[in-house]
Parts: sequence; structure tokens; C-alpha cells
Amino acid sequence: MATQQTRTLGRVLIAPAVALLFVWMIVPLAMTIYFSLQYKNLLNPGEESFAGLDNFTYFLTDPAFITALINTLVLVGSVLLITIVLGTFVALLMNMPIYGRNIVRLMVIAPFFVMPTVSALVWKNLLMHPVSGLFAWLMSSVGLEPIDWFTNYPMLAVILIVAWQWLPFASLILLTALQSLDEEQKEAAEMDGAGAVSKFIYLTLPHLARPITVVILIETIFLLTVFAEIFVTTGGGPGLQTTNLAFLIYQAALLQFDVGSASAGGLVAVVIANILAFFLVRIVGRNLEA
Amino acid sequence: MARKVTGAKTAIWTAAAWLVGFIIFFPILWMMLTSFKTELDAFSTPPSFLFFHWTTENYATVQERSDYTLHAMNSIITAGGSTLIAMAIAIPAAWAMAFAPTKRTKDILLWMLSTKMMPAVGVLVPIYLIYRDFGLLDTRIGLIVVLCLGNLPIVIWMLFTYFKEIPKDILEAARMDGATITKELLFVLTPMALPGIASTLLLNVILAWNEAFWTLNLSTSAAAPLTTFIASYSSPEGLFWAKLSAASTLAIAPILILGWFSQKQLVRGLTFGAVK
Repeated sequence: MATQQTRTLGRVLIAPAVALLFVWMIVPLAMTIYFSLQYKNLLNPGEESFAGLDNFTYFLTDPAFITALINTLVLVGSVLLITIVLGTFVALLMNMPIYGRNIVRLMVIAPFFVMPTVSALVWKNLLMHPVSGLFAWLMSSVGLEPIDWFTNYPMLAVILIVAWQWLPFASLILLTALQSLDEEQKEAAEMDGAGAVSKFIYLTLPHLARPITVVILIETIFLLTVFAEIFVTTGGGPGLQTTNLAFLIYQAALLQFDVGSASAGGLVAVVIANILAFFLVRIVGRNLEA
Repeated sequence: MARKVTGAKTAIWTAAAWLVGFIIFFPILWMMLTSFKTELDAFSTPPSFLFFHWTTENYATVQERSDYTLHAMNSIITAGGSTLIAMAIAIPAAWAMAFAPTKRTKDILLWMLSTKMMPAVGVLVPIYLIYRDFGLLDTRIGLIVVLCLGNLPIVIWMLFTYFKEIPKDILEAARMDGATITKELLFVLTPMALPGIASTLLLNVILAWNEAFWTLNLSTSAAAPLTTFIASYSSPEGLFWAKLSAASTLAIAPILILGWFSQKQLVRGLTFGAVK
């Protein structure tokens, strides 16, 4: 039982962390809300005035917003699909009785530790370059026309890069979950004559449902604001083809200096992320009870 | 393994797993190989996989450019500094929540987690303006602050999940034996908490090292860590692949090694204890 003394000590110990996070969250957020209601452009200092909801109307009705929103959803959705389907496959494979599992594991996890600017540039230049890239050579050596990834399929190129970065995360979490699957249950299922496919559908998949949910939620939070990969490869282009919400807001803020509409856009991103966060926090919170 | 596994099956699965692992790892391997080529070989079609003129001149060139050392130092100082400060703030907080939980503890933890959910772009404008007005743009201290606060929720969460697993009985026993709070901390808790603290430290150095939203937006040259430095290779399009590869290899090698050590804790840290 905690005594009064330890309880006070506890509060004192938690206070700095809580205070700092509070300031870190509330002050900028309040400023974003304030700016979003102002006409404010850094190119015209001193000309701020109350804008009401004009920035939101401007940002939300801008055709670029719809494009960016769709791009964001396509990017998040595709990367989720690729990482979860392939990740399940990789995790199942690594959970087999194989030799050198630890080394395979090291190779699979490696991309996660590569900084985003490096992975993006290595993929763009060394692999996806239309003339000297390795993919171009692979395509032409089987008699196909090399693909000019960043000209013809820029979004697909970005999706592949980001999926490669996040595949290790999905694989590792699903593998961890698989390893906690009860061995006895598997044996019982086998004794009852369950084949590999029905074992997977009725035993493994239900067991993976929760970790898959966790992967979806956490990846979504990070993927909603993919930035560096777009910044160093396409710069949002060609046109708006790879501009996602994060990049659009960055452009409004630091390239056009339109603080008002960038803030409005930022709040839109915050709202979308919060809806997702709500579900994640509930799932994680349930775990705290145990 | 209770089940019978035939040798042939094992061989097939092993081959398949190694192939998949190799494909996933290949871009990194290819980058490392390219870093030992001449610029001419790096471009050659068909590409040469092993039989090229091996050279370390790219590494020498990258090292000679004095700014590489500067950016590497910036990475070390910002990633290390932000992690150490975050640990100093987080250890007491996590300790208190794990050992003297109150009715509010769960809410506080979830609230902390929710601050991590806020997308960085949502606060890019105010942070940028505050930094501009206080002269923090392109400074190491500015990056340390933003990396520290950005990772603080994860640090607290990871530490909390580790501390929670330390059996409380042992504290009771120590108290019965007349240990003071200080002694309790030093001789009972610290040794048991060290592995958790170490892996939290490791994971957060990795996260801070690779962080590429704030570093790209808040630093340009003087304080630019390796993330920003590597990004500068994107402009002279496709000119210096071998040097890009050498700089990249140097930038990721230390963190790849640290990462391989901390991979078991990664799952736990990044899922906030939801998957162990």
C-alpha cells in the first residue's frame, strides 16, 4: 500500500515529465489553432488579421487538398496492405523450423534501422534509375522495357520505398505474436486432422488479429506523415502526384510562408490522427489492466 | 520441437527464408558494394556485383570533406544528448508510476501516449516560428529539445513496462531488512532495472538518429545531422552514386549494429507494450 509520503514523492517525480509534455503539446497546438484563424503570411509581416474560418475553407476547397488527401490514403493503404500481407508471410516463414533463424532475422529487420533519407536515395538512384539502376538492368536482361519509376509511376515508387522500410516492423511484430501461439493448440489441431490451410485460417489468423490491429494503427500514425522519402525523391511531383497531406502543409508553411492555411491544414491532420489514436489508445489501455 | 520435422522440409523452408531475408536486405548490401566502386563502375551496365575494381577512395573523399565529420558529430550529439535528457526526465516518472501507482496513473500514461500521436506537421508552423524568433533554427540545442520531447512518451512507456515487471515483494523484503529509500534505489532497484534502462536507451538513440522530419525542417547546415546531410545528395541528381553510398554506409552502420542488438526490445518499445 502506498503511503502518503510515497504518493507525494511520486507526484514530484512525475511532475517534470507531465509539465514538459503538456507544454510541448498545448502551446504549439494552441498557436496552430490561433494561426489557423488568422490571415498571416511571413512575406507580409505586420498584416495579420482575423480570418474566421476562411483558412479552413481555403485549404479544404483547394483542389490540391483533395489530391493530397487521396494521395495520403493511397500511400497509407497500399503500404499497410503490402507490409501486412508480406509481413505475415515473412513471419510465418521465419517461424518455421529453419537453420540460421537469427541471421535471417537480422537481414529482415535491417531496413528498419536505415534512416529515411538514405533508403529513399538508395532506392531512387541505385535501384530505380531508369538507365543505370539495378531494376532497369533486371528488366532489360529478361527482355522488358525498363520502367522510369519516378516519371511514370512516382506514387508506386514512393509506396515501394516506404513499404520496404516498414515491412520489418510488421514482420517482427507478427513473428513475436506467432511465437506466443500455443504449441499444444497447434498439435491438437493437427491430431484432429487439420491441414495447413485450415490451421492458418482457424488458428493462426484469429491469434494474429490483435497484433495486426496494432500494426495497422501504429503504422498509420507514422505513415500519415511520411515526409523525408517524398522530400528527397520527388519533391511532391511530378505535379501533385506524390504530394501527401504532410508535404502539402510543409509547402504552404515553409515554401509559400502562408502560416494561416498551413495551420488550418495542420489541424486537419491532427484531427485525422486523433481519430486513429483514439482506437490505438483504447487497445493499449486494455492491455494495462492485465 | 515435439513435432517431427523431416530434413527435406527443413531444407526447403530454410532456403526460402534465407532467400526472402536476402531480398529484403539486398538494397543495403547493394549500397555497401557500390560504396567500394569507382563512380564509373557504380554506373556501369550491366552492373558488376563482385568483380569490380575495389576501392576505398570514396570513404577517403567523404572523410576528407571536413563537413562530414561535423554532421556525424551533430548526429552523435543530438541523438545522444536528447536521449540522455529524456532518460533523466523519464526514469523518475516511470519509476513512480510503476512502484507507487495511483488511480490516475493509467490516465497519465495514456495521455502521454496520445501526445506521441500528434502528427508533427500539425505543430510545424508554431515550432518553426518559435525557433526562428528564439534563434534556435539550425542549432544543436534546438534539435536536442525537439528530439527529446518527441521521444519522451516512448521512453517513459518503455521504462514503465520494464519497471512494472520488477517484483514488488523484493522491495517489501528490503524494507523489512531496514533498507532506506536511497539504499533501496541503489542496491535493489537499479541492478534489476538496468537491462530495461539499457534497451530503452538504445532504442531511443536509434529513433533520434533516424528522425527525419524535424531534422530536415529545422536544420540546414551548421547543426545538420546525417539525415539532412544525406538529403543534400538528392540535388545534383545521380552524379555521385559511389560517394552517396559511402556516406550512407557510414551514416547507417553504427545504428544498424546498435539496432541488431536491440531488435528484441524494438517490438515492445514501438507497440507500447501491446505486443511482447
